[in-house]
Amino acid sequence: MTELWDAIVEAVRLIVSLDPEVMEIARRSLAISATSCTIAILICLPLGSLIHFRRFPGKKLLISVIQTLFSLPTVTVGIIVFVLFRRVGPLGELGLLHTPVVMVIGQAMLITPVMLGLIISALSGVDRAVSETATSLGASRFQMMVVTVREARYAIMTAVIMGFGRAISEVGLSMMIGGNIAGFTRTITTAMLLETSRGDIELAMALGIILILIALVINVALNRLQQK
Amino acid sequence: MALIELAGLGQEYEGRHVLKDINLGIDRGEVFALIGPTGAGKTTLVRLLDLLDLPASGRIYFDGVDVTLSRHHRLKARRRMAYVQQKPIVFSMNVYGNVACGLRWRHEKKEVIRHKVESALEMVGMADCENRDAKTLSGGETQRVAIARALVTDPEVLLLDEPTANLDPVSVSRVEEVLEQIIAEQKMTVLMATHDMPQGQRLAGRVGVLINGEMLQVGSPNEVFCSPKSREVAEFVGVENILAGVIAEKDDDLVNISVNGHVIQAISDYAIGDKVHALVRPEDVTFRLSKDPSSARNVFEGEIGRMTPIGPLVRIEVDCGFPLLGVLTTRSAQELELTIGKYVYASFKATAIHIIKRRN
Repeated sequence: MTELWDAIVEAVRLIVSLDPEVMEIARRSLAISATSCTIAILICLPLGSLIHFRRFPGKKLLISVIQTLFSLPTVTVGIIVFVLFRRVGPLGELGLLHTPVVMVIGQAMLITPVMLGLIISALSGVDRAVSETATSLGASRFQMMVVTVREARYAIMTAVIMGFGRAISEVGLSMMIGGNIAGFTRTITTAMLLETSRGDIELAMALGIILILIALVINVALNRLQQK
Repeated sequence: MALIELAGLGQEYEGRHVLKDINLGIDRGEVFALIGPTGAGKTTLVRLLDLLDLPASGRIYFDGVDVTLSRHHRLKARRRMAYVQQKPIVFSMNVYGNVACGLRWRHEKKEVIRHKVESALEMVGMADCENRDAKTLSGGETQRVAIARALVTDPEVLLLDEPTANLDPVSVSRVEEVLEQIIAEQKMTVLMATHDMPQGQRLAGRVGVLINGEMLQVGSPNEVFCSPKSREVAEFVGVENILAGVIAEKDDDLVNISVNGHVIQAISDYAIGDKVHALVRPEDVTFRLSKDPSSARNVFEGEIGRMTPIGPLVRIEVDCGFPLLGVLTTRSAQELELTIGKYVYASFKATAIHIIKRRN
């Protein structure tokens, strides 16, 4: 209990004092996860709409596969990205391993199935009468898809929140392909791992509390956006 | 060619024929009511007309173009029509946004949209509600917004599917007022599916009776309601006295029909020996306590078997050797002191009977 209390005090101190190192790590975590989340939205929204609105053989199987990938272990994605971007890998020439860019790519790969599956499910939850009403009012197929996505916006926002949450909280992937380089690829979760191994439990827990606070602020902000 | 032409139209759901060989033309400016009981296929037909579904067989011509052939033709045709569904849904936005969406999808200018949306909302009596969240509207208000949303695009054809179903009587009369106004002022082609026969009679110039997926009769409201062509249509349009008989005698147009050993006189072209149904509307049956001389050729004594109050009227079922049903005002029934078991004379004119051929 003392450790927890000390961690809370330490977290408050770090936040209030705007500790430069913690702020820098927090900023980086936020930037990497927000970017990966944005990329995932840009992929998942059109792809999810396409899968939902199109009829094609194997659609149910595809959705099942996507849903199975919800539980994709972060280290599995880490290995795939590592193999692709290591020096001798097919994308090794780009020299992206152990950079924030590859962390963004990895996180986007990690959260895409979750976001895609939840977006398809969000669109399926919209009453069929919405698309039919839009069609009967003269909407083109694209306009009809837009209005359906708009109707599903609250559920889609939940998909985004879930995706962001998974991205900012993962550690295995960031550790494997980011390398936890101070001032470059260190994020809150990798820093927590490091501080724990060093025995600085209070700092690790303080970082954990800061991570939860960030997630809380993002969730509140997105929920506010939902209600508008 | 009519504005909308249906040729041999059929629709199937899971191997079940829900529409069979529908052939119908709807002219420009015509108000057509599609009537029929629930489950007759009215909504299926309206959905086909709005090109939301494709028919299993047959063709739909809109302004001479076969619109079953391509998606492009369907979108073009659909943008000249508007469809108000039985249970309209509103999009999660305010009333203004809901009414404006059809115009936005047609890339109209902002000022044109504002002007048209305001006029449409004014017409349906919802001008004060443009900023209201559409999801908070009542059933009647939602229906009026759906009508405004349909009208705002100045459609050539307005398709209405049970426009007043599930509404309270006050909302029904408000929606009907709006529809009457549209029909009178806008001269658009209207097709309205309804199971409410009087509504079809009030609003339409022509009526089609759809029963079990078949268009059994098309004609003026008067023709359909007073001269149904089949037993099914007769039953649907409220002819409750359907008396099976055989033409026993004929003198010019006047025929004697034998019904359960009783003779009913009617005007008909059918020949002696023809098996027929004599159709008598309950409103055409009158009741007396004595056999007073009256102009009615058909007078039968019978015992009252049942009296059922329906609002200001009473349905009276009399056993005259054959069952006969009539309606009276409650006041008249009280004045005649009618009670169950009492004997009365029921009469109806020969000209009030409509004769149709019986299949067996």
